[in-house]
Amino acid sequence: MKLRIEQLREQSIKAINRLSAERALLITEFYQSGKAQNEPIAVQRALSFEHLMLNKAIYIGEGELIVGERGPAPKATPTYPEISLHSLNDLDMLNNRPKVSFRVDAETRMAYRDVIIPFWQGNTQRDRIFAALNDKWKSAYSAGVFTEFQEQRAPGHTVAGNKLFRKGMLDLIGEINQSASLPENQTDTNKIAQLHAMKIAAMAMVSYAIRYADKLESMATLESDTERLNELIDMVRICRRVPAHAPQTFHEALQHYWFLHVGVITELNPWDSFNPGRLDQHLLPFYRKGIADGSLTEVKARELLQAFWIKFNNHPSPPKMGVTALESNTYTDFALINLGGLRFDGSNAVNELSFLILDVIEEMRLLQPSSMVQISNKNPDSFVKRALLITKTGFGQPSFFNSDVIVQQLLSQGKSIEDAHNGGASGCVETGAFGTEAYTLSGYFNLNKVLEISLNNGLDPRTGLLTGIETGDPANFGCFDDLYTAYEKQLQYFIDLKIDGNNTIEKMFARQMPAPFLSLLIDDCIANATDYNAGGARYNSSYIQGVGLGSITDNLSAIKKWVFDERRISMTKLMEALRNNFRDNDALRYDLIYKSPKWGNNDESADRHAVRVFNSFYQAVNGRPTARGGHFRINMLPTTSHVYFGSVIGAMPDGRLATEPLSEGISPVQGADTHGPVAVLLSAAKIDHIKTGGTLLNQKFDPSFFEGEESLEKLVSLIRTYFRLGGHHIQFNVVNAETLRNAQKHPEKYRDLIVRVAGYSDYFNDLGESLQEEIIRRTAHGMA
Amino acid sequence: MKGLVFDIRSFSVHDGPGIRTTVFLKGCPLECLWCHNPESRSPEVEKVMREYKLGSSCIRMPENIGKEMSVNQVVERVEADRPFFEESGGGVTLSGGEPLFQPNFTTALLKELKNKSIHTALDTSGFAQAEALDAVFPFTDIFLFDLKLADERRHLKFTGRTNLPILNNLRWLSEKGASLFIRIPLVEGITDTAENLDAIRHIISKLKGVQRIDILPYHYTAQQKYERLGQPYHLENMKAYNRQKAEKHKELFVNLAPHVSVGG
Repeated sequence: MKLRIEQLREQSIKAINRLSAERALLITEFYQSGKAQNEPIAVQRALSFEHLMLNKAIYIGEGELIVGERGPAPKATPTYPEISLHSLNDLDMLNNRPKVSFRVDAETRMAYRDVIIPFWQGNTQRDRIFAALNDKWKSAYSAGVFTEFQEQRAPGHTVAGNKLFRKGMLDLIGEINQSASLPENQTDTNKIAQLHAMKIAAMAMVSYAIRYADKLESMATLESDTERLNELIDMVRICRRVPAHAPQTFHEALQHYWFLHVGVITELNPWDSFNPGRLDQHLLPFYRKGIADGSLTEVKARELLQAFWIKFNNHPSPPKMGVTALESNTYTDFALINLGGLRFDGSNAVNELSFLILDVIEEMRLLQPSSMVQISNKNPDSFVKRALLITKTGFGQPSFFNSDVIVQQLLSQGKSIEDAHNGGASGCVETGAFGTEAYTLSGYFNLNKVLEISLNNGLDPRTGLLTGIETGDPANFGCFDDLYTAYEKQLQYFIDLKIDGNNTIEKMFARQMPAPFLSLLIDDCIANATDYNAGGARYNSSYIQGVGLGSITDNLSAIKKWVFDERRISMTKLMEALRNNFRDNDALRYDLIYKSPKWGNNDESADRHAVRVFNSFYQAVNGRPTARGGHFRINMLPTTSHVYFGSVIGAMPDGRLATEPLSEGISPVQGADTHGPVAVLLSAAKIDHIKTGGTLLNQKFDPSFFEGEESLEKLVSLIRTYFRLGGHHIQFNVVNAETLRNAQKHPEKYRDLIVRVAGYSDYFNDLGESLQEEIIRRTAHGMA
Repeated sequence: MKGLVFDIRSFSVHDGPGIRTTVFLKGCPLECLWCHNPESRSPEVEKVMREYKLGSSCIRMPENIGKEMSVNQVVERVEADRPFFEESGGGVTLSGGEPLFQPNFTTALLKELKNKSIHTALDTSGFAQAEALDAVFPFTDIFLFDLKLADERRHLKFTGRTNLPILNNLRWLSEKGASLFIRIPLVEGITDTAENLDAIRHIISKLKGVQRIDILPYHYTAQQKYERLGQPYHLENMKAYNRQKAEKHKELFVNLAPHVSVGG
């Protein structure tokens, strides 16, 4: 690694996360001025974006090769008061909390107190959303049955496609003009306004790049170092070319993407920032052309990629507020680079750049961007092995995805074969058609809270409130199926609530919070003359994420065995034990924990409950229409919500004590998988992953599993077998408990310790204590 | 027919090629001082107390080591792992204990596995009746064969048995054209002496069909098992075998097989 990159990397890691009022002040200034108040909302939004791009600070770090920041400096993180407004209390909490803190200085606090809060209070998207949702929804939401992604962040979760690397803003303006001249759009004032807004946004982005070119030019006049001077002159040229025009060189392609990335995450705070997607595909033509004509060397390409990596790491997730801070307590903003997989025509996509980028991932060892490899049957083992050698170093990247299953998921949702081949996974594990799909994540769904409410005839035992519907007193259930029927009814009730709420919120975003800049980048928003948030994309999916499959499986299997099959305990007694949190009842808890069938051991008496719940969840959600004209789908991932969801549930029949975390993704309950990884994979493969838009499976491995060629080959086979059985994703946590314990005791010595949490990596020190404990507890599969 | 099985473990990565599932049979005629599976020695079901933790409290419950299983039960269990065998070129390994201590069950099980086209390996001390070896031979793809001590008296002293049948069986397998993986445990001052390693080297050099030699350095992980079983452990203060030393000993054998490694 060159000294320059080392320094930039060090700066990025050491930079303190700060909350910046810059964006909030600019957006307030714009709306306060009232100058766009008579324009259609989309045009207002585009003009506000223009105001941001023309006035936000220009930041060029020493030695930087790729430029552009969301805030005024690395890790200075803006806020989005038009979406959700931090209170002074929120700011103080962010400043003072020990984990994932954001420094808030006195000036920022004052700006909030005097300018931002007075203007936006009561008038944010969040205020409007909560005012529009009914009491039943709110009761379920406060009980922790589900969360709501769009209460603090805009819908997003989308990924760049190939078009983005082939077209400049001026090309897109050409497309806009063409779309505006179509007979069906010409006469529609709304559509004309949408296209007009997109055009303003495109030009605003060009102006932003030119501001960088001007600044670089003035820096160049003062530069005495010849080498740097040449670089600056080159960068001036690049920023005058992209993103106005399509990139022509490797460096231009990276800078082009980065400007657009900054645009997307400045316009709004979409959940999951933005993502270049299939980077080894998009960059390959630029790479090969540069190498062939001698304008690029492998060394230079490597340095540029490293500089690109650092840019991502400079951008933590926008700070949250209230309970959401508990649900997802992390800095990471979920950009997930995809490598490998299949080309548009279905052939093997692994190329020399795939391997070069893996080198960069290994050398940079950064939290963001996260990275994954897509593994198709058509990809060579050498690629899987190279990726495993990085996984072995123990920072959780890259994770492994099944391209062939991703393609099948997309096809089963009705996408074209080429769009499916161009797809991948983003965020944690979420399948999407890159460049053509708006796939919004709408919220986590607490499969186990639904069981607790079913066991209490609709009441939430934590509050005593009737939160669900009355499905009968479980004491009167004659057989297990009576209980399951009650569970399914409650599930349907809560899914209906969630979907109604989602549709209300989707309509509000479509109407009030269009994203004209993002709409430029995702097909076919321009051709349809319709905003990304209003269903303009070619495909529109809204996901509900099921959480706690392992826990619900073990809960149901324990009830079936002890209450209905063996009749060791009556339902009434079991409920009493749960209410008492198993106080003075170790004998019962011992049976529940150690003598019950558990998910993750390839034990049919447990696993059939997983399959049943999974299918009930799928039936309740899949295919239902969304307000944007798309469909609801399911996936199975928790981020960190399994901790929050556990905190609102009392003791459960699997022996889990009140408020402890639930299982994450489709992984077994922590420590419940006692038969090794083969059994875990066999269990996990029993659900039909093609019915989902992603599942998350975490396997913790001792680093020794990765020692030597033979071990690597066996891990390749392990992954390949899971994928042959239809698994979607697997990730390896390669650390030992001793290291983690030491890290808890001496956090200062382990500042760089990154662990895979659940579909993403985070600094171990930034995790809450219960999450740290959970990671330590996760079964470390020892040598057989 | 039933056999006494004490464990079946998937993802055994050190018991032969590919991803394997190892069936551990209970009962062994040897009493090696360094045995790392003391629960495998007695040919009877054993009862032990096992501790289960529930937060700060702890419950002790009796547990059986060893379970009578039919051939079909074992086959059904290992069949579940078939996709992993097929993908990796793995299969099933019978280990112990000494699988040839239950010759009829072992033969029937291997035969049934071959019927199902599952690759088989037999992990043996070689201390067995010639007839038993003859019976399993047609159904065994690979023999994982332990060579511990070449000297007859020292073998008797540290394992409780002489090695004459072992060496005879080894030569017989070699003559019959068996695929042999030789496994040499390294125990400080017992098996790692220059004389012993030289003699073992000499034995191997006379064999045909040796495809692989694994040097297995001693580790103290089994000590806790002895405590739980209430059995005396004679190597109480022995440290894990020095890795560099093991690598050095490996050099003795590198010319004797296509693949020689430390750690199995």
